[in-house]
Amino acid sequence: MNTKVTLPIYMDYASTTPVDPRVAKKISDHLTLDGNFGNPASRSHKFGWKAEESVEEARSHVANLVGCDPREIVWTSGATEADNLAIKGIANFYQSKGKHIITSKIEHKAVLDPCRQLERDGFEVTYLEPNEGGLITDEAILNAIREDTILISIMHINNELGTINDLESIGKIAREKGIFFHVDAAQSTGKVPIDLTTLPVDLMSFSAHKTYGPKGVGALFVRRKPRVRIEAQIHGGGHERGMRSGTLATHQIVGMGEAFRIAKEEMDKDIKKVQSLHNKFYDSVSKIEEIYVNGDMNNKVSNILNISFAYVEGESLIMALKDIAVSSGSACTSASLEPSYVLRALGRKDELASSSIRFSFGRFTTEEDVDYTLSLINHAVDRLRELSPLWEMYLDGVDLDTVEWQTH
Amino acid sequence: MAYSRKVIDKFEKTLNEPEKFNVGRFDPKEANVGTGMVGAPACGDVMKLQIKCESKGNTHVITDVKFKTYGCGSAIASSSEIVDMLIGKTLEEAREIKNVEIAEALELPPIKIHCSVLAEDSIRQAIDDFEQKQ
Repeated sequence: MNTKVTLPIYMDYASTTPVDPRVAKKISDHLTLDGNFGNPASRSHKFGWKAEESVEEARSHVANLVGCDPREIVWTSGATEADNLAIKGIANFYQSKGKHIITSKIEHKAVLDPCRQLERDGFEVTYLEPNEGGLITDEAILNAIREDTILISIMHINNELGTINDLESIGKIAREKGIFFHVDAAQSTGKVPIDLTTLPVDLMSFSAHKTYGPKGVGALFVRRKPRVRIEAQIHGGGHERGMRSGTLATHQIVGMGEAFRIAKEEMDKDIKKVQSLHNKFYDSVSKIEEIYVNGDMNNKVSNILNISFAYVEGESLIMALKDIAVSSGSACTSASLEPSYVLRALGRKDELASSSIRFSFGRFTTEEDVDYTLSLINHAVDRLRELSPLWEMYLDGVDLDTVEWQTH
Repeated sequence: MAYSRKVIDKFEKTLNEPEKFNVGRFDPKEANVGTGMVGAPACGDVMKLQIKCESKGNTHVITDVKFKTYGCGSAIASSSEIVDMLIGKTLEEAREIKNVEIAEALELPPIKIHCSVLAEDSIRQAIDDFEQKQ
């Protein structure tokens, strides 16, 4: 078809992004003998001082993107560790004040699993239902707050749906009630502006590799005013003001810093570009009969679009779209045949949940990529529906909910 | 998904040349047609298998097959695979087809064995439906 596209086409930017070449250059400058390879904790020589300087410059870039003080940034190995540090760190430090935590059913596993662990340790956790658009409402938060609630942990942008929670509003409630508010913002950086000088958030987790930085590095914002204290989860040397020990991974940290510096500089351009790709994609795909967008279209980022193609099974669609790298809502590829827990929490029927595909675009996606993807989707959905007994029944006017299925 | 080359081939061929690979439908009311439908949308797969038969001596022979399948790649490949196994067989012979034959022919991974079980069930149901009509 089109000669300009290179197959397979990467449409899975929400899963990870390629490292920006400018970031890769910065990383490689911090590895070898002729580069800046020193241990930033070495106080006795120039190698250490230079490395420390690089790390602090990177810290400023991260802080600058999200509007906080560099001293509020703690380096971690990624957003998962940042989430763990925030949730367990608060729980461990403030458990004498209360042992109740509020989170939602559609958080990333990096939040849900630490919460489960805390439940085993005697904490109580309330998992809020999102509304049908995938958003956590103030009402849900207010209803869940108890005397002994010490932490609310709600994600900013949902990784499967792209929906954006209202942090301002949730944070305001948390402040009024004197409850700490943690936000997993792994999907946010470079996609929407964040200003922690005004946002009532106490802790926020970041990831480098979702924003054209390297994997294996992230950061946790820990507010200084009003002061938030957390108990360290990793001990050994007292790095990062005692909150996270371990020799700093200079090359990865400068990579994250450079990625976030670029994100700040190019955010407007990136957003505009992705918005136009999204609109082009959506305008075309919405012409297909019986498709459903998952998540509130009016409250989402444009780099993520999650669509259910009714009467077509998700895994077969992914197989038919083998030249396009996308994620499926169904976990059929693993040992269990479970549809996505996020889509189920929205109240989507299993069959719609398992026919969902997440398309996510980014800085290096081209219009040609989108055109090619659209033509493949149209073709694949047509063919799979021709194969689908459910589509045939739908066309015949059969209400599938009234059919007595022979479950196995 | 670590599918065998065979599953991928069968899936792609069926998708690209549906008619050649017996995708379609017979009128279920016809006397010489048997229809079987197994599975459920909520479980992720539904197979509809139809056989067309001719009498031969004191039995019937399957002369043509049509199917439609909603499901993962291996479910679609499994139902396509049984088409070749069925045509030309008597109903008694068709009843003897076991899911392991399908699973082996396609080298299905262990977690996808249920697709072949479903395919076997669809054969039984189609035969039952045909016999009830006689």
